[in-house]
Amino acid sequence: MTINNGSAKLAVAKDSNVTQILKKYGIVLVLLLMIVVISILEPAFLRPTNIFNVLTQVSIFGIMSLGLTIVIISKGIDLSAGSVLALAAVLAASLGQTAEATGKYFPNLPALPLLIPIAVALLVGLLCGAVNGFLIAKTGIPAFIATLGMQTAARGFALIYTEGKPISNLTTSFTNIGGKIFGVIPVPVVIYSIMIVITYVLLNHTRFGKNIYAIGGNIHAAEVSGIDVKKNLVLIYAYCGLLAGLAAIVFAGRTGSAHPGAATGYELTAIAATTIGGTSHSGGIGTIRGAVIGALVLGVLRNGLTLLGVPAYWQQVTEGVIIVAAVIIDMRKTRQRK
Amino acid sequence: MDNNKYLLQMKDIKKTFPGVMALKGVDFNVGYGEIHALIGENGAGKSTLMKCLLGIYPPTSGEIYFDGRLIENYNVAEALNLGISMIHQELNPILYRSIMENIWSGREPLNKFGLVDHKKMYEMTKELLKEIELDEDPLTLAANLTVAKLQLIEIAKAISYNAKLIIMDEPTSALPSKEVEALFKIMKKLKAEGRSIIYISHKLDEIYAITDKITVLRDGQYIGTEDTDKLSKENLIKMMVGRDIDEMFPKTPCEIGEVYLEVKNLTHNKYFKDVSFSVRKGEIFGIAGLVGSGRTEIIESIFGIKNYDSGEIFINGEKVEIRSPIDAINKKMAFLTEDRRQTGIFPMLDVEFNLTLANIVKYVKKSRLLNYRELKDDCKKFIDAISIKTPSPKHKIENLSGGNQQKVLVAKWLLTEPDILFLDEPTRGIDVGAKSEIHRLISMLANQGKCIIMVSSELPEILGMSDRIMVVHEGKVTGIIDNNDNVTQELIMEYATDTYKERVN
Repeated sequence: MTINNGSAKLAVAKDSNVTQILKKYGIVLVLLLMIVVISILEPAFLRPTNIFNVLTQVSIFGIMSLGLTIVIISKGIDLSAGSVLALAAVLAASLGQTAEATGKYFPNLPALPLLIPIAVALLVGLLCGAVNGFLIAKTGIPAFIATLGMQTAARGFALIYTEGKPISNLTTSFTNIGGKIFGVIPVPVVIYSIMIVITYVLLNHTRFGKNIYAIGGNIHAAEVSGIDVKKNLVLIYAYCGLLAGLAAIVFAGRTGSAHPGAATGYELTAIAATTIGGTSHSGGIGTIRGAVIGALVLGVLRNGLTLLGVPAYWQQVTEGVIIVAAVIIDMRKTRQRK
Repeated sequence: MDNNKYLLQMKDIKKTFPGVMALKGVDFNVGYGEIHALIGENGAGKSTLMKCLLGIYPPTSGEIYFDGRLIENYNVAEALNLGISMIHQELNPILYRSIMENIWSGREPLNKFGLVDHKKMYEMTKELLKEIELDEDPLTLAANLTVAKLQLIEIAKAISYNAKLIIMDEPTSALPSKEVEALFKIMKKLKAEGRSIIYISHKLDEIYAITDKITVLRDGQYIGTEDTDKLSKENLIKMMVGRDIDEMFPKTPCEIGEVYLEVKNLTHNKYFKDVSFSVRKGEIFGIAGLVGSGRTEIIESIFGIKNYDSGEIFINGEKVEIRSPIDAINKKMAFLTEDRRQTGIFPMLDVEFNLTLANIVKYVKKSRLLNYRELKDDCKKFIDAISIKTPSPKHKIENLSGGNQQKVLVAKWLLTEPDILFLDEPTRGIDVGAKSEIHRLISMLANQGKCIIMVSSELPEILGMSDRIMVVHEGKVTGIIDNNDNVTQELIMEYATDTYKERVN
């Protein structure tokens, strides 16, 4: 975008208050409307068990979408998150089996403390992400390509490691991650909430966060301001990978197993959530709040359509329409007058 | 050596690019607390000199002293920390971030937890804004600011780096006059604080209003430095344009026919007002004016790239509505754009593609497939006819020289057989030989009875090629002159700076 139009305001013309509210809270209103409509048609939706169910389902791709939000704000993309999740999950699961599990991956190993599989999953995620970032920063290849390569390669490693078989019989402490605190609040929801807060602080209250916006908003200005763009890119993708590793732990804990084909296409769901939440693929624009609301929109939609008995295939069509509609609305928000 | 007198000393700066010597040994000295104008025509070497100073690229030879110290091998970020800031003509803000985030990007203040201290950043920004007398909240988004205010933000940023030297490149080109006053006020304040400013501008009035000294460059050469109040405008213009015209302008006299294109009271609220002129068949109509005078916007509006707000356009006596380039092409117009790289060529594609794109419809067969034989024949014909130097039509256009690229673009438009041809800076950035070939081509087209409207900042080109010359100043036509031997570059320059009446009166 260049600026050459005299003293004319760059932003869109002033709107009425109603339009402004719609623009600012548009997607929140959509979410509320969805909840109201679904609750009227199917009151069971509002039962606490169902609400927690929705939140639990949201938390895995929700955690990933936090990472994708910062990647997309920096004007990048990460297509590898789902595969990295699968790789981290099988590695963690292989180290998290009970001592007496049948078909144990490491037959001679006792049941290890939970800390070890968790650390491995996080480390693997971090490493894959750092490799993505390194490739993008040092070779200059587009993020789309670098992470597409990682998507394929990480999935391949997961298949090699497991020989294509699932790994189950995880320790109780591991499967407790899929359980509930005080028998009420699902642990995945707690983890998701904590990551929301951490990522929010990272993005809004650290230099790193400001750098992300600067790089995505105007990479030349960022360079001239003395920001080490390359280093920051590595950190951005590493963080996204770390969150994929965390999502892997939640995934394995919930399902009590891990298989190399896990989470296929989850990165696209996460990207969709981020996008619905108003993060712009042209860089420099996006919020964590939006990422969370976007994930909730998808979660409520899926749950609601299921409750209402909409066939699964039609659910997919509806989801596709919602994603595209959200971006069209979002573009109107930032479009400029020619 | 007495280095203490000057804040900046650039000594015998030379800069060569492959095949071109952009700076041929330039000296440039700026004192403390001084506003120093750096002027010269386009291509004189001003921006190359500034890029060397800013550390965007190093000079090939020569020395730079800043604040008494020799500085070398530095980059832009280091130049900033030394106290050298530039406010570019094209501002480059992070649009959807706040004023304070734009100013402190990359060096946000931190609190004791290592988190960004927004409160402190807010206070520091408020302080800076007070200093530049800008009444805006530090949280306002850059996207919501006018260009004038964005400029002030850039100045605030420079102050925040404790800049001793601020370079301003055409800072007023996008400002209404009221805001120019405000800018000057801030400039004087900066000067009073002992900071120095390098002021690059084409606007002579402003240079006389605000600067202390003037340095003139021409063709990469240092022409001289004078005190502003001791240098008359006439002498200044002479310093700027006083080169020998050794380029050939092979304009051949040709029969000028009837009025074909007529423009009446064309107005674009942002760029120009009440522009009227007519062009006859076989005529080359030159449009001169300084950068930012609206000359390009005028022809862009006629061609439908920009939409004019009022006025009328007639072709062959018939009123036409042109709202898009498609309309214009349908009316047999063609437009050679100013910026070859950005809006002209498809660099990664071959000559054949670039040449035939605008006229691809011509080759569509009944089967909806392309008639490649005819397309290839036409390409060959044009490559020979205007001697485009390319190994083959399948050669990538980006590997051709600038002059040959330009010929491909001319040929592309000739294929559409236009009646009216707009040329915006037809020979910018191409070497002398290719220039005269393009000029020959233009002459030939005029001979075929086409209307040719040519915008150029190169006065020798305007004088050498045009039958009549229209001069524009700040969006208004200051004169339409019949070209003859008595018309000089100085005269055109006086119209272009709107100082002609002043002298005559």
